[in-house]
Amino acid sequence: MKLTGRRIFKGKTEGEALVTSQSISFYGGVDPDTGTVVEKGHELEGQSITDKVLVFPSGKGSTVGSYVIYQMAKTGTGPKALILKDCEAIVAVGCIISDLPCIDQIDVEKIETGMNLSLDAENGIVESK
Amino acid sequence: MELTPEEKNMAEGKYGKATQKAMEILVTLGEIYGAKRLIDISSVQIAGVSYANLNEPGLNWLADMAKDGEVRVFTTLNPAGMDLEEWRKLGISEEFAEKQLRVVEAFGKMGVITTCSCTPYLYGNLPHFGQNIAWSESSAVCFANSVIGARTNREGGPSALSAALVGKTPEYGFHLDENRQPEVTVEIKAKVQGTYRFGALGKVLGDQLGKKITYIKEIPKASVEELKSFCASYATYGGVALFHMESITPDKVQKIPSEMIKVTEKDIEKALKELDDDTDIDFISLGCPHASLAELEYIAKKLKGKTVNPKKEIWITTARPTKQVADRMGFTKIIEDSGAKIAADTCCVVAPIRGRFKGLASDSAKMCYYGSGRNKFAVKLMSMDECIEEALKQ
Repeated sequence: MKLTGRRIFKGKTEGEALVTSQSISFYGGVDPDTGTVVEKGHELEGQSITDKVLVFPSGKGSTVGSYVIYQMAKTGTGPKALILKDCEAIVAVGCIISDLPCIDQIDVEKIETGMNLSLDAENGIVESK
Repeated sequence: MELTPEEKNMAEGKYGKATQKAMEILVTLGEIYGAKRLIDISSVQIAGVSYANLNEPGLNWLADMAKDGEVRVFTTLNPAGMDLEEWRKLGISEEFAEKQLRVVEAFGKMGVITTCSCTPYLYGNLPHFGQNIAWSESSAVCFANSVIGARTNREGGPSALSAALVGKTPEYGFHLDENRQPEVTVEIKAKVQGTYRFGALGKVLGDQLGKKITYIKEIPKASVEELKSFCASYATYGGVALFHMESITPDKVQKIPSEMIKVTEKDIEKALKELDDDTDIDFISLGCPHASLAELEYIAKKLKGKTVNPKKEIWITTARPTKQVADRMGFTKIIEDSGAKIAADTCCVVAPIRGRFKGLASDSAKMCYYGSGRNKFAVKLMSMDECIEEALKQ
């Protein structure tokens, strides 16, 4: 499978997909110390996003979320890359300041948790092996 | 996006690393939101200042940007996590204070005026009607767009800093006429008076209509203090950046929307009830957004010769310049003689106070939201007079 979207921030990487159909608030919704989703009632509540290729529709919540993405990238609790349907400012800024590969405008329903993905974010390409 | 030769040079790093990173952020945001170009701005307000939100990595990022970054436009700063001078009085730890001072120092090094206030329009950062600006701090964004008629999107900390370093912002969203038109008319059939009831109205509209731009009718009058409370609440509950209020706000509206809702006394009462956890109060917060000089004068009159219950704390948060005039006028002494505390540079939304109190009373609906969500307090929204009576009640 090969999907093409839009580069938000460049970089090449590989990793295991963790997929949710729900938006994510990084400030308050994810614990930056552990990389665990803590938002009550979220599909991914209790799951770790560390070293995953995180696949989700969009970001939400406070703009402080950009700094949470950065904090996780620097302390090693963050995801390897982000794939979204519609990227908004919080996630985009978080990826740019963190040098975290990110692609949006991807048909995220086609990706399933556990798939092994490779990304070429510069060209907006996602492939499953 | 089309860039000018100077902007291209910035993007290629010829103006230093911080400016290059800033351009990368602005151009990416511009592309996401379909901007065709960058436009000049007259001022910036930067949020994301409290060390409680930034943590070590955020501080390091700012310090890194400060290595060669310098703002190209007049820029002011949001509240920090503590009073920068009298932090001990508020029970802030040495460790937190040291980190917080380094955050403010990094901004200062970049040429940011470290006002540390959420009401920049009261302290020298006052745009005029129609000016393009790039502001963060949701309550100030809502005030600038709506009450002043300046033009800004809801920036985050890093995008506002980027705009300051480049002196420009991508042209999309609220910078364009077509995105500033009202979508729904609101008829107010309730008494809306006082900061707390304006806050309750902000919650009613935010909860019901979210980000829809409203055209609000039949508010007979509103003070600056009531409007700042309303903006803070409306932006908190609805994520709103712009509203129109008939005969009060200045934007020209092309067409009054035919879709209409009514807000009645019942709606306001319901919002007040939702912000009443029926709790014992041990903490009273006034000055969200930052108390104006008129509010400090009023509070001083109310507290004169009285004593705050020693089992309760009352914090009045404001900007440093306001406090300095209050010092001169004797308001500070009257307020502090009563046992109340005036805290400048900070606010109860971003100060590290989780676990210190149980029941919060405030005249600000925004404060109640963050008091319960972020700090896990039980809350009660009430008028400023009731808040002061609560503090004095032995």
